[in-house]
Amino acid sequence: MDRMPSWVRQHVAALRALLVLTVATGVIYPLLATGVAQALFNGQANGSLVEKDGRTVGSALIGQSFTDADGKAIRTYFQSRPSAAGDGYDPTSTSAGNLGPEDVIDLPDRTSLLTDVCARSKAAGQLEGVSGARPYCTPDGVGAVLKVFPDRAVSVNQLCPATPFIAAHQGLKVECARPGENYAAGRTVPVRGNVTTVAVPADAVTASASGLDPHISLVYAQLQAPRVARERGLPLEQVKALIDEHTTGRALGFMGEPVVHVLKLNLALDGA
Amino acid sequence: MPPTLAGILFIASLLLALALCHKPLGDYMYRVYTGAKHNAVERVIYRLVGVQPDGEQRWGVYARSVLAFSLISILFLYALQRLQNHLYLSLGMQPVEPALAWNTAVSFVTNTNWQAYSGESTMGHLVQTAGLAVQNFVSAAVGMAVAITVVRGFARTKTDMLGNFWVDLVRGTIRILLPISFVAALVLTAGGAIQTFADHSTWTTLAGGHQTFTPGAVASQEAIKDLGTNGGGIFNVNSAHPFENPTSWTNWLEIFLLLVIAFSLPRTFGRMVGDHRQGYAIVAVMGSIAVISIGLTNWAELSAGGTVPQAIGAALEGREARFGTSNSAMFASATTLTSTGSVDSFHDSYTALGGGMLIFNMLLGEVAPGGAGAGLYGILILAVITVFVAGLMVGRTPEYLGKKIGAREIKLASLYFLITPTLVLLGTAAAMATEAGRSAMLNSGPHGLSELLYAYTSASNNNGSAFAGVSVNTTFHNTTLGLCMAFGRFVPIVPALALAGSLARQAPVPASAGTLPTHRPQFVGMVVGVTIILVALTFLPALALGPLAEGIH
Repeated sequence: MDRMPSWVRQHVAALRALLVLTVATGVIYPLLATGVAQALFNGQANGSLVEKDGRTVGSALIGQSFTDADGKAIRTYFQSRPSAAGDGYDPTSTSAGNLGPEDVIDLPDRTSLLTDVCARSKAAGQLEGVSGARPYCTPDGVGAVLKVFPDRAVSVNQLCPATPFIAAHQGLKVECARPGENYAAGRTVPVRGNVTTVAVPADAVTASASGLDPHISLVYAQLQAPRVARERGLPLEQVKALIDEHTTGRALGFMGEPVVHVLKLNLALDGA
Repeated sequence: MPPTLAGILFIASLLLALALCHKPLGDYMYRVYTGAKHNAVERVIYRLVGVQPDGEQRWGVYARSVLAFSLISILFLYALQRLQNHLYLSLGMQPVEPALAWNTAVSFVTNTNWQAYSGESTMGHLVQTAGLAVQNFVSAAVGMAVAITVVRGFARTKTDMLGNFWVDLVRGTIRILLPISFVAALVLTAGGAIQTFADHSTWTTLAGGHQTFTPGAVASQEAIKDLGTNGGGIFNVNSAHPFENPTSWTNWLEIFLLLVIAFSLPRTFGRMVGDHRQGYAIVAVMGSIAVISIGLTNWAELSAGGTVPQAIGAALEGREARFGTSNSAMFASATTLTSTGSVDSFHDSYTALGGGMLIFNMLLGEVAPGGAGAGLYGILILAVITVFVAGLMVGRTPEYLGKKIGAREIKLASLYFLITPTLVLLGTAAAMATEAGRSAMLNSGPHGLSELLYAYTSASNNNGSAFAGVSVNTTFHNTTLGLCMAFGRFVPIVPALALAGSLARQAPVPASAGTLPTHRPQFVGMVVGVTIILVALTFLPALALGPLAEGIH
């Protein structure tokens, strides 16, 4: 090795160092960690699988859709949060929605985040028999957003022949949006409206970060309880008791948020 | 307990835990890097590598060793990805496309861990554990080695010798990163993180659908990806994935891991230069900036500004229910204040000002506390610039830690500082000026610019987090972001090491009445000020067009 020029020697040393460290950190370390983890925490290391009647039905960590083949909510089950992972809760294509806080105008190829929120709120409201109204949403469940021009205003997310959510804006007549027309030049004005009480909670209208969120908030679970109790012919008190049983508080009292585990709750209902 | 109080306790408990570890871990790292003895494992490694562990290197040789190791690492990782279908444990994955393989190789070697791919559908077990996870270790160890060498520049006098790269690399990996990661991996598994080399399997869900189990050596990689401030997860959604970050307390642990080395290194620095107070001053600079930034980000997210958050009633889009808004904001701040890039929530859906804070954190050059190692040498260079500015005010040759900051030193420090802004701004400009660059934006308007600004900031500063809506898996972005990552990492390392070489040659200047004391609150305030002003002057126009334009309307 001493006869090689120093720059070659350096790269040979580099290659050898990389190979040695690969064995240490890329082979021995993960194998040792796997061995010990499998021995001490077998269930967790293999995905915290959940069984029903001896058959694996899921993982305690991975959320599921409780919808039928057409994507409609199964009314006897508590519903999970919206999911942006593939067609919903697909562990092979995990994803968040990734749309920004001012994404309010629907495009020809996708709806805006605001419209998504409004549509989810309306659908959840209908399912639970409460109002799905929210600020910045139209009654028909899209984003209440105007494009204002000198002579007129257009409710851009309401395609004709829809009736605009307000008739006039600062003296200008509000029109529905004609498909294909470009309104980019107008000034964007989201309209808050006068909704004061919102019945559908925030987690019910937002996609989670992973798209696999196994939890919902306590408020969302309580909102769904009467419907599930009715559909299953169970006393509401019993369903509420099951919710409490499957609620996890904050770790050590201050970490994270209290949440309800949807899959375990639904499994408990199936067994009730 | 009210949510706000819980959020404050979460942050306070993290800061307390970091404060408690500062001294023991900092002292331990001091012993690791200054001890004369090699243990038996290390002696075997040095023999296998073929280096003399007791021979020290000049700064130029040290720099060439860093570069040689990194070049070989990039080539090795590139080859591993391109050939993965021929290798064992590939899970049936196809070879990675050339532009993506280049991007990923550079990304992991530079400690960036920008991921233009979706892990669960691109990389097999072997590439993940024997390729990507290895770089999680060694890229962090390289950063720490360079930091220690810069400190040696201040600590040593009248010498050309700055240490031995191979020894620093091996000790950092074997004595610091490996043991902590091993323990952390087991704790994460106890919490629910998976750790298995099994194959995919499927199950029928309660509602009759199908789900696939995505296996992986997750816990072992999660531990080092946070500890080494890397950020490259097994899965597309990174630490938001319940298999990587199953509970609210694993979330706390992961934030702790990604801050702990960077916040402890100033202690190591203080010990090496023989004055603890110098280390406390540096950690005070890091801590003040971090606390302000964490506070502002939490405030922005909890007040849920913007049309969509107002419609929702909370900034909850792209957050996991078990973490909630406040803890997610803490994770996001920590990951951008260090050079980590792990995410437990999706920054693209943050409020305009909250997302803007995250960009600002990275633009600070990631010095509060910054990446493992990279944060320390970054802030020491800012301290050099600060004593220079202070020296200009009183018309005196500046000194820092008994070393004269002359023309050569300040040129090297300025060169170091200028590289990243150049890459960020030119990169973003090139992306905005070309159709190939613009087409990656998911959102339009100012938020679209924020997405690209975030991408080039993240790459050039070796962070690796993203406004993830941006579709960067294209030849254009894979190539340009790869260049930004490579230049953003290796070009600054050379002037940093050159500066160390130049400082170590000097004879110490005795402190006099005119010497600026660099351990007092006054100096801490000056470094904070210089850091923020330098960044603001450089980037305010770009920030005004992106997050500020979106947030103020």
